[in-house]
Amino acid sequence: MCLAVPGKILSIDESNPELRMARVQFGEAIREICIQWIDDASVGDYILAHVGTALSKIDEADALFTLDALREMGSPELFL
Amino acid sequence: MKPEGKFMLQCPIPKSEYECILLAHGGGGKLTRQLIERMFYPLFENDILLHGHDGAFLPPIPGELAMTTDSFVVDPIFFPGGNIGELAVNGTVNDLICCGAEPLYISLAFILEEGFLLDDLWTIVKSIARSARHAGVKIVTGDTKVVEKGKGDKIFINTTGIGRVLPGLSISPEKCAAGDVVIINGSIGDHGVAILTEREGLAFESDIKSDTRALNAMMLDVFRKCPEIHVLRDPTRGGVATALNEICLSSRSGIRLRENDLPVNDAVRGACEVMGLDPLYLANEGKILLILPEADAMEVLTIMQRHKEGAQSRIIGTVSSDHPGLLRMETSIGSTRIVDMVSGEQLPRIC
Amino acid sequence: MKHIDEYRDKKLVDKLLQVIEKSVTRSWTIMEICGGQTHSIMKYMLMELLPNKISLIHGPGCPVCVTPLELIDRAVELGGRPDVILVSFGDMLRVPGSRDDLLSVKARGGDIRMVYAPLDALDIAQRNPLKEVVFFAVGFETTAPAVALAIKEAGRRALDNFSVLVSHVLVPPAIRALLEDSQNQIDAFLAAGHVCTIMGTSEYIPLASQYQIPIVVTGFEPVDILLGIKVCIEMLEQKRSGVENAYARSVKPEGNQAAKELLQEVFETVDRKWRGIGILPGSGLGLTEGYQKFDAELRFDLQAFETEESTVCMAGEILTGRKKPSDCPAFAKSCKPENPLGAPMVSTEGACSAYYRYKKEQS
Repeated sequence: MCLAVPGKILSIDESNPELRMARVQFGEAIREICIQWIDDASVGDYILAHVGTALSKIDEADALFTLDALREMGSPELFL
Repeated sequence: MKPEGKFMLQCPIPKSEYECILLAHGGGGKLTRQLIERMFYPLFENDILLHGHDGAFLPPIPGELAMTTDSFVVDPIFFPGGNIGELAVNGTVNDLICCGAEPLYISLAFILEEGFLLDDLWTIVKSIARSARHAGVKIVTGDTKVVEKGKGDKIFINTTGIGRVLPGLSISPEKCAAGDVVIINGSIGDHGVAILTEREGLAFESDIKSDTRALNAMMLDVFRKCPEIHVLRDPTRGGVATALNEICLSSRSGIRLRENDLPVNDAVRGACEVMGLDPLYLANEGKILLILPEADAMEVLTIMQRHKEGAQSRIIGTVSSDHPGLLRMETSIGSTRIVDMVSGEQLPRIC
Repeated sequence: MKHIDEYRDKKLVDKLLQVIEKSVTRSWTIMEICGGQTHSIMKYMLMELLPNKISLIHGPGCPVCVTPLELIDRAVELGGRPDVILVSFGDMLRVPGSRDDLLSVKARGGDIRMVYAPLDALDIAQRNPLKEVVFFAVGFETTAPAVALAIKEAGRRALDNFSVLVSHVLVPPAIRALLEDSQNQIDAFLAAGHVCTIMGTSEYIPLASQYQIPIVVTGFEPVDILLGIKVCIEMLEQKRSGVENAYARSVKPEGNQAAKELLQEVFETVDRKWRGIGILPGSGLGLTEGYQKFDAELRFDLQAFETEESTVCMAGEILTGRKKPSDCPAFAKSCKPENPLGAPMVSTEGACSAYYRYKKEQS
């Protein structure tokens, strides 16, 4: 289950505080996604979208760290 | 003086007369004549049609003829990039091209549902006329029937086309040979996504449009300069995967695709990732697959890329003797998998 | 696309495969829980690339496959009613119940509609005030919060023509049930990464400890899955158990607090039947008392269906790894994806369905 795809927040609509929405870009396709559970969402952030809701904000630092570690792989311990 | 068809902006049958199609519009009497004379004849005008016979008298055509028929029942009938009318002309034109024929004449039959808006019919008929003009084909005969409300789905269209097979061409899956290349003229999945996103709840803000267009200008150019084409197929329903699987089965060859070479536009890609769809299985209405000897590939690509409808043409795979009857693909990570036939339309998934 | 393409990079895949190859000294069996992971494994043929010593079993993490026949039958019955609009994710439309599937109901004139987001079902309810709109809610903990959001919003918009046919299930009880089968062959789990974005990782710690097994939170792209497998193998070779997070860009140990709170407000844990496994206590979600007016099973007078699963289907043994799909006498004969006899053949991510397509590759 759980097809969730990362997309970039283009704009945020907080007119309804119980249903905060964002326009999110996936490739060149844009869709409205509910970001109600992402406290610190800003324009430019990447969120993980599943069935029209944002599950989490992508941790850019972590992503970079993991990719760098993978690219330099060959060292004994990775990052457990 | 009656205004020339293509300059008629408004529906020639005003709302004050009839807003919707009635059963009588298909009855063959006064209302049918009204549709034919006020809507169809002015837009489709050509010498053959305007004779006014039930059938069309065609001038002699030298050489071998090709004939193809298709019915169009798409829902929604209006979608980004076009409507059912464009599909009805371009689909049949492209089918004739796939026979190696120059499209010449088309018949046009409507089955309309009682209650269908005349304004919508007008929009569709205008699109049909525009597409036929663009493709250089004449609409020479037709028919209109009306079914009771609930017994149809707004509008169904059938088009049958006749074309002249170009001398020297011999298109057949049996001619598929190991080492041949597979070429496509542009991005895949555009039409399928455009249709799906029109349906309720799947809307994206994007530049996704149906790719419906007639390919005869580009392909006649290819045929004249490079007649050594082995197979042609338009990857409509079921997408590139279905079309190539059918070729593999009928030619008993194998085909090997390269995932990294498949052209997918960014908006289609984004929508497909979100909905869990594979563009290989989505319909295309302005695309053609060519299988031809590798030696001719560069020349054919150059010709195709000179045309707007072929600007993104590229080689996406090769014919192989290794796995007869099977379509395989080298994935972006270097593994190889079978690209199978699937039954039924691909549906968006959450899993 | 950023945060996707990097994890489909051939160079990183090749590196991970090399490291895995070097570190594995004996045979290990790893189960990926999530159907989405199965899908990715099949799409990229990862089993082909992994060393032979590593076997992958495809787990029951496919909510489509595990939805009991009775619930599909209820959806089919509701969809056939003239005053009902049955709204569903695409996944469920072709799944056969005991007699019929939702697409066949649509073909006969039933108003069956597909949505991507549960919130879109509310718009359908608002636009059709004279009809009852029923949303068929399937999915794990990843999807349940979105359904909870829709239900809460329905309350705020005072939509009295909206209800939900609930079929949500929870992952940890399924893992426990598999591990409790003493004959299970599972050495380690790849936990469902997107479930964990919501629920966090703490639920898996007691399981890993009790059964002395590695559970690695894993993503869905080929690099993510190979990374999860790499971490599993390292833990297994070092005889370590516990929970590790190999999907840290999306998963925090505490999960998504706001989503969890919403889940607790709208749903409570109930016993649920898993097709192919049976009733697992505390493995499903049902509506809390305050939201029961949105429960379609209470709102409508639904027939009690007698359903019978095929006696041939050996889903339980397959899901625990005791038997392979090819051990089943019906596999690829009377039981195929276009005519599934039981849960694991139902969707493209089911264990038997995945195996069927993989075996076709091999022959």
